Amino acid sequence: MTAVATQARAETIAEGDDLVVTLGGDWRITGPLPAWRRVRGDRAPRAVRFRVEGLERWDSSLVRFVFEVQSWCRGAKTLCDTTALPEIVRRLAGQLEQAQAKRVPADHSRNFLATVGLAAADSWRQTRDFADFVGECTLSAIGLIKRPGRFRWRDCILEMQQCGAMAVPIVSLSSFLVGLTLAYTGAIILRQFGGDIWVADIVGLSTLREMGAVMTGVVLAGRTGAAFAAQLGNMKANEEIDALETLGIAPVDFLVLPRLVALTLMTPLLAMYANCLGIFGGMVVSATVLEIPPNAYWIETQSNIDLADVSVSLIKSVIFGMLIAVASCLRGLQAERSAAGVGRAATSAVVTSILLLIVADAVFAVLFNVLGL
Amino acid sequence: MNGNRATAVEHPGPGAPPPAIGVEGLECRYGDTVVLSGVSFAVREGELFFVIGGSGCGKSTLLRHLIGLKKPARGTVRYFGENFTNEDLAARRNLLKTFGVLYQNAALWSSMTLRENVALPLEQYTILNRRERDEIVTLKLAQVGLAGYEEFFPSELSGGMRKRAGLARALALDPRIVFFDEPSAGLDPVTSRKLDELVLQIRESLGTTMVIVSHELASIFALADRVIMLDHEARGIIAEGRPRELADSNDDPRVREFLTRGEEKA
Repeated sequence: MTAVATQARAETIAEGDDLVVTLGGDWRITGPLPAWRRVRGDRAPRAVRFRVEGLERWDSSLVRFVFEVQSWCRGAKTLCDTTALPEIVRRLAGQLEQAQAKRVPADHSRNFLATVGLAAADSWRQTRDFADFVGECTLSAIGLIKRPGRFRWRDCILEMQQCGAMAVPIVSLSSFLVGLTLAYTGAIILRQFGGDIWVADIVGLSTLREMGAVMTGVVLAGRTGAAFAAQLGNMKANEEIDALETLGIAPVDFLVLPRLVALTLMTPLLAMYANCLGIFGGMVVSATVLEIPPNAYWIETQSNIDLADVSVSLIKSVIFGMLIAVASCLRGLQAERSAAGVGRAATSAVVTSILLLIVADAVFAVLFNVLGL
Repeated sequence: MNGNRATAVEHPGPGAPPPAIGVEGLECRYGDTVVLSGVSFAVREGELFFVIGGSGCGKSTLLRHLIGLKKPARGTVRYFGENFTNEDLAARRNLLKTFGVLYQNAALWSSMTLRENVALPLEQYTILNRRERDEIVTLKLAQVGLAGYEEFFPSELSGGMRKRAGLARALALDPRIVFFDEPSAGLDPVTSRKLDELVLQIRESLGTTMVIVSHELASIFALADRVIMLDHEARGIIAEGRPRELADSNDDPRVREFLTRGEEKA
């Protein structure tokens, strides 16, 4: 740094009809700078002449200032004499002027109709992609059954640990709290009729038939779905997926199937565990608030639920696991090759998974009703 | 483009201004692994300075320590005589304005257009209004030969264009020093040479000090005023000087081998 850095100066003197602008001081873009509007005031000179006096360091800020004066002079049809300025300043100001005129067309704007059209085409494409991907996964799964030795069991087990065992704490907490909330809610009505004991039925049935599987699905969609999409998206951005393809290894076999198998196996286990904890949550509320002894609660639960309810929960959770794995892996593989693209893929994976989960749940509700299950 | 350039400064006399970059006894380590130790050198203002060496010799590590991304285990880095290491955040922030960095993959923010990329440092550190900022952005992009590409996203550009855009961003605040991390990595020879010319052109018009981490021999011989060579085993500098002289007459066979691509023996 210079010992005495003086502030950038642009002083004006009127010489006849001309305005002489004397530039001096230290022109740093990060420091305070004179503004042409204030320097000129409301004078309308016939010509503007530059002079240089005690100019220390200068950078783009001086070039910009000169450019601004030149532009003003052109607008006001005034002569601008820059001959006294350093040659580089004049050259750079000229470069800036040329660049101002140059525009390489980059049209990112779209009109309403085009947006609607593109969105419609996009949703059709997405549906087709999803169907394609499900088909690919099915073929890959058939390949796995034919030659189980070629399957990446190590990856699959690691993923099982990640999406199964590591998810136990959060699944425990959420399902316990859901069971607890259900018991409280049920008690509000049942107490009025003196039927406190039926809290066990409400908690048991709704946990097994709905909440256990759905809560596990939502937790896994948020936790594992986002992780799958981010992992695969990042691999795509790093060209790791391309490297697999050029080796003749299908990304679906290598990356998607281990995850699909892991999540499909782990979701029902977690859902069963969630069911137990949901019922336990109800039991805790009954024992403490409603004064129903745990053994009475348990007997009531057993009398009401049967194997059909358990199988409903199992079937649902297997399908939920598959849907989450397929949707989030697809989103990961579709990710754009950039940081923002990976972020969008993760978000979209969670949204798609939860949406598919709810749709599937509704379909199951109708289906089980028809089947009388 | 030959070795004689007016800006190549010879040994400064007493009372000379402090060097643009002064490094003393720098030790860089990752955990317990010492990568570099006892590294000292000075870069004079306006110099085109190369840090060279084989893969894994600690070139990039040294750069990361110089620009403050890593804290040195020992030693100091000074910019124009002002201490950069072990200073408080405010003092360091002030010094950050004195240098710009062109990262190996340009590191442009992918969700922002080139205009926004180059304008961000200006928004942070200047009081310019929007129109004035835009004019500076236009000037900087024009200086690197990307006039008119303001509204493009990085993903819409080729590798060479991205590098140049990264350079425009590094130059946004007119820093007195620019660091380059492997500028020719991933570029074809012609694009790489054009980038070299751009480096020379910018040094010529703005007098910027350039520190370039590279192992691209063509660039080293074409540009460098002075080089230091790092070595993995020595964990420090094994040679310092003009590249041509080092290649011809350095005592250390490792240096000669590197600068002649190991073809000397054949």
